Amino acid sequence: MKKNNDLDLDFTDRLMDFQVSRREFIKIAGGGIFIFMTIGDIPIWAQQRRDRPSLPTDFNAFLQINEDGRVACFTGKIEMGQGIVTSLAQMLADELDVALDSVDMVMGDTDLCPWDMGTFGSMSTRFFGPPLRAAGAEGRQILVELAAEHLNRPVDQLLTENGMVYDRSDREKKVTYAQLARGKKISRHASGKVPLKTPDQFKIMGDPILRRDALEKVTGRAKYAADIQLPGMLYARILRPPSHDAKRIAVDLSEVQQIEGIQVIEDKDLIAVLHHSPDFAEKALSKIKASYDTPKSDLNEVTIFDHLLKVAPEGELVAENGDIQKGKKEASMVFEQIYLDGYKAHAPIEPHGAVVNVEGDKVTIWPSSQTPFRVKDEVAEALGISSNNVRVISPFLGGGFGGKTRNLQVIEAARLSKLTGKPIQVAWTRQEEFFYDSFRPAAIVKINSGLDKNGQTCFWDYHVFYAGERGSQHFYSIPNSSTVYYGSGWGGGPGTHPFATGAWRAPANNTNTFARESQIDIMAAAAGVDPVEFRRQNLTDKKMRSVLEAAADKFNWKPATAPSKRGYGVACGIDAGTSVAMMVEVDVDRETGKVMVKRVVCAQDMGLAINPQGATIQMEGCITMGLGYALAEDLRFSGGQIHDHNFDTYEIPRFSWLPKIETVIIDAKNETPQGGGEPAIITVGGAIANAIYDAIGVRMFQLPMTPARIKDSMAKG
Amino acid sequence: MKELITFNLNRKPVELNLDRDRILLWVLRTDLGLTGTKYGCGESYCGACTVLVDDEALRSCQITLNDIQNRSVVTIEGLANNGELHPLQKAFMENDALQCGYCTPGMIMNAYALLKKNPDPTEKQIMEGMEENLCRCGAYKRIVEAIQAAARVMGGFEHEKK
Repeated sequence: MKKNNDLDLDFTDRLMDFQVSRREFIKIAGGGIFIFMTIGDIPIWAQQRRDRPSLPTDFNAFLQINEDGRVACFTGKIEMGQGIVTSLAQMLADELDVALDSVDMVMGDTDLCPWDMGTFGSMSTRFFGPPLRAAGAEGRQILVELAAEHLNRPVDQLLTENGMVYDRSDREKKVTYAQLARGKKISRHASGKVPLKTPDQFKIMGDPILRRDALEKVTGRAKYAADIQLPGMLYARILRPPSHDAKRIAVDLSEVQQIEGIQVIEDKDLIAVLHHSPDFAEKALSKIKASYDTPKSDLNEVTIFDHLLKVAPEGELVAENGDIQKGKKEASMVFEQIYLDGYKAHAPIEPHGAVVNVEGDKVTIWPSSQTPFRVKDEVAEALGISSNNVRVISPFLGGGFGGKTRNLQVIEAARLSKLTGKPIQVAWTRQEEFFYDSFRPAAIVKINSGLDKNGQTCFWDYHVFYAGERGSQHFYSIPNSSTVYYGSGWGGGPGTHPFATGAWRAPANNTNTFARESQIDIMAAAAGVDPVEFRRQNLTDKKMRSVLEAAADKFNWKPATAPSKRGYGVACGIDAGTSVAMMVEVDVDRETGKVMVKRVVCAQDMGLAINPQGATIQMEGCITMGLGYALAEDLRFSGGQIHDHNFDTYEIPRFSWLPKIETVIIDAKNETPQGGGEPAIITVGGAIANAIYDAIGVRMFQLPMTPARIKDSMAKG
Repeated sequence: MKELITFNLNRKPVELNLDRDRILLWVLRTDLGLTGTKYGCGESYCGACTVLVDDEALRSCQITLNDIQNRSVVTIEGLANNGELHPLQKAFMENDALQCGYCTPGMIMNAYALLKKNPDPTEKQIMEGMEENLCRCGAYKRIVEAIQAAARVMGGFEHEKK
């Protein structure tokens, strides 16, 4: 296996401060060859607004072939463990024909990198990959043209390899990229017209390559937001309400104000204590006496579902085909079920953190954020300054999973830094993280479906409340079906959720796939057909059929009607363009209700896998993390008061939960790359639910499937 | 009240004039600038702050300077010796046993103490020994493999040789 361990993410200034046109930008940026890329549509506001970001806005990434032959890729994406610092560099190095270790990724610095919407949705490789490759290919073509002149040979006589252009017939005639770039100032917007390499020409793409950021991470050198320390910096601890709906009625700061070295800030809703040691700030915070008015609420993790159904907005149609009423008439068996899913925390091991330094009208920010450009705008707005004066530098992110698209902690640090004129660090405690998280929403799925007399699914009527649309649409061949969603999963307006909700790894899709795949299994069992065979009979989607076959093959699935007492379960799903089939084997302890997942086989078709090693690891991560939402994670609350404060009561997967994991990535080199960071998590809940039914004949309709719920369902029979 | 605290840190003697009841985690991170030791939960549940005290893996969020007086503390920054990475660090890299990397220092320090106590652990013993260290990215599988690989390099793993 190849190693590439020597990358230092460069957070220092590479270019001057600028706010310029593209032409001026090239002037400032020094020598070399620049290729600009546009990924998807640049939003109109980015192009039109007067308050422009400091870089030109007609592209959203670029690469620079430097005069020393090194290649830098500038992108607003960030690295949070998903491995794009490696896979993006792989794509670029391969198309450009340079060594992987000569590529520097400059990521998430809003002064150096052009605008980017953020890092989420398994989009980096999918949407960023193709233009990045095109830019690499274009760069290589420019170098070949330059070399043709330099070597006085026709272009078609030349070949490129490892940062060098050679004459095909005389390899002594050669010139390095560095020589070619020296003294040049060439810029081009990637036209997308230069042909990309075909899979048989790949030298780096498709090869398993180890993480480029591993050395920093195993030595403790990797810097995360709370590791940034500036001279004179103060650590802030902020007074928090006991509940999201609590109103502060009184506060007594007299005691805390007496503490030596403690600075107390009171600014509207914000009360904070500051000290140059976080532990002193923490102690001081406990000396503040505050009282609150907290309205009584009957909402909790049990009553929330009725409440949500009551306040649900109008439904929006996702898809429909055929005629449900006609399908219902043809049905000889009808299945009407309700599936529930509770709130989940993102619970990254790194809580939200930020360091903000306001110096005069200039602001520099080191946040833990999946959305550095949003941070820039949000802080500008909060401080009432131009976003041109705000620079965001992205340190490593200690896990995001969707939770770090929200940046409240940065605003807090920015306000405090402005008020004090000092650099401020706000790093949330675990309890704050469990309070201000944007939780995966509680959700309800209602499905009504039927089988005709031949055992074919003849109608499918699907309604999802508050999970969101993603993954709600089925992919089975059902002649009459309709899919409707009520509420997006983001927020939901006042009176909906008692606290913030948002995107959680593969948002909506975990809930939707759990419900759909459970329903499919219920019909398979009623039809007396093996659940894998039943899916096959109802699938024309070739891609899905092939992953299902691949998983069954690897698992060595032998057909049987559930419950077969083997504890086998299957689930299929599509997320971020990737098709997934998962098979699991579980043990259910009938005494305790505890489920042990012994084995998981997951097959996925993600198109071209740029870094199969990285993709495999993402699948393993998805499967492991998925065990949590399937079996244990369920936020407990009363109204706006959260009862889970730490990992003692909010259980996330640990070593002893680890099943034997086997992964299959379908060889689809000629297909465009699809998402990899999320898809394999969506099937975990459904596959385990189906395996529990197969083991003990008890159907679980609510996530997570805790021992208590399983025992309860067993008792009900 | 400030007092003189003497201990060994990453093989070098250290004298600090600080309150003895200060939490080691914050002294390491702020007073000493050793930010490789991470805050994850503050209540000993996650293991991100694990350091070695006389080769025993302890949660630095739960111990004070008083607890380390005249003892030897090793953090992730001190694990490499004269620039040579520890076999566990190499094994974590070579086995891709990390993703976001935030829990990694704690994982490595805990694994160090585990192998010190038992150079020849079975897979089950590794899982049990690592049980209280949490990773949210889901790297457990490769962390186990990395610890096995390191044990091999370090001359343990007798059960495999038999």
